[in-house]
Amino acid sequence: MAVGPASVARPAPVTGRPLSLRRTVDRESVFSWLMLAPGVLFLLAFVAYPFFYGMFLSLSERRVAQPGVFVGLANFVTMTQDAVFWQVTRNTFVYTIVATLLKMVGGLGMALVINQQFRGRNLARAFLLLPFIVPTVLSTVAWMWILDPTFSVINWSLVNSGLVKETFSWLGNATLAMVSIIGVNTWRGLPFYGITLLAGLQTISPDLYEAAAIDGAGVTQRFRYITLPVIKPVLIIVTMFSVIFTFSDFQLPYVLTHGGPANATHLFATYAFDIGMSAGVLGMGAAVALAMLPALAMLIVALTLYLRRE
Amino acid sequence: MVGGRQLGGRLLRLYLPLGFFLVAMLFPFYWMAITSIKPNRELYNPRIMPLIVHQPTLKHYVDLLEQTNFLTWTYNTMLVAVVTTVISLVLGVMIAYPLARMNFPGAAIVAIGVAATYLVPQPLLFIPMADIINKLGLGNTLSAVMLTYPTLLIPFCAWLLMGYFKSVPRELEEAARIDGASRFQAMLRVVLPLCTPGLLSAGIFAFTLAQNEFLYALIFLTTSEVRTVPVGAITELIRGDVFYWGQLMAAALLGSVPVALIYSFFVDYYVAGLTAGAVKN
Repeated sequence: MAVGPASVARPAPVTGRPLSLRRTVDRESVFSWLMLAPGVLFLLAFVAYPFFYGMFLSLSERRVAQPGVFVGLANFVTMTQDAVFWQVTRNTFVYTIVATLLKMVGGLGMALVINQQFRGRNLARAFLLLPFIVPTVLSTVAWMWILDPTFSVINWSLVNSGLVKETFSWLGNATLAMVSIIGVNTWRGLPFYGITLLAGLQTISPDLYEAAAIDGAGVTQRFRYITLPVIKPVLIIVTMFSVIFTFSDFQLPYVLTHGGPANATHLFATYAFDIGMSAGVLGMGAAVALAMLPALAMLIVALTLYLRRE
Repeated sequence: MVGGRQLGGRLLRLYLPLGFFLVAMLFPFYWMAITSIKPNRELYNPRIMPLIVHQPTLKHYVDLLEQTNFLTWTYNTMLVAVVTTVISLVLGVMIAYPLARMNFPGAAIVAIGVAATYLVPQPLLFIPMADIINKLGLGNTLSAVMLTYPTLLIPFCAWLLMGYFKSVPRELEEAARIDGASRFQAMLRVVLPLCTPGLLSAGIFAFTLAQNEFLYALIFLTTSEVRTVPVGAITELIRGDVFYWGQLMAAALLGSVPVALIYSFFVDYYVAGLTAGAVKN
């Protein structure tokens, strides 16, 4: 560390004279906290405060434009007796686990494909990342039309190629609706895995593969003992990020299915929205949203520690 | 013979999967584009081959611009994205700089706090936030989203920038300090210029995230003239059971253009930001 030059550079306080304002402001800790103050205060006011206020709301019987009444854990008790809540819980876990696995495997595949040498590689990379950068709601609207009950292009292709006789109701059937939201989430998130894993792959020197090949390592062995260990840290970070934001996904199911049919695709976030915003029952809505907290907290703590260790 | 085998291998390992990924990732955009220029009689006739346009028309674009507030929504979206990006970059720099380069009491706890706020997803906060915004009397104003978007963007910018700030050698800053610069001047004139790529990455990312935001906009912006493009499209081009598909696709395409343009100019910075920060989606 640059301890030497730092101690030389630090102006020695002149004895017998009060420190000037400029010197005080320039002290390391004073300067640091002056810089931090606006941002930290903002985050305290608009992240930390709403977070704790949400906990308070979840303990109240509170509707929009009405005063609240403290009810303790009553909302949580009612929630656990609500069959829809448990369906929502199951939906959220199915959605998160299946979509994450698909994105992980598909993204790794995408990264391995682009990591080869070919003309137009940067252009291909730029195009493949498009689903991730285009605003989710707008691309989901395109998917709504692709999955339309009457005019679905997928149905048209399947029927006209003679593969099926009956058309599928992609968003109208409980199972297919879940398949659809998982498919669209995978479509949007896969390039995120692909491009970040590609960056991980590019840190591997080709010499390493050559040396391993000379020593007789096959394709599988090279992948297992060279590729995987190098990309493992990237894979862990990307997966944890992706799990956090898939678990709490709102935009995609809200736009594509509104949680339907018959709650089959409601996730925690869309269900909390329906209760808290559409029905205006703030206390219960806050309680449903907080149901995400235990699983999220574990992930957030794990990832925060992992990022700090880096 | 050998050449043929190599080509076969390359076809199997590169061109086929690459082609598959490109088609799968880009088809929805193709579909968006051709739907937006199909006349209604083509859109709603299942007998017509749908994969190409037979008689292109710009009617949906004209309708979108004449019959809806699309231009206002676009203006609102851009205004909010630019304002929140600037706020988030400035406050992000002010948080990241001391955390990356200074020793001071409380640094560790602030760093953990910023990382945690970065990871707290919006759906955990939107209900209390709606109540707070109402109490502040900001319901149905663009100020409501300008105030709330930075909660997502500041921690992200700070996190991304910390990496860049750490990479600047301390000696450069010390040299400036010996020449009489204050810490603030050393930051402004020495460290920040060296971190221009990081500032660009963070800025572009914040801009695309701001364009992508939907939940707060949906809750806070309830009348047409303050809406952003995603909220306007969802609430006004879908009325009950009636979907204006041509206009919806035109809106989706036009709404994606600003992000796609910026992205195409700065794709390398975008990818650098993505891989450095491992980003929210």
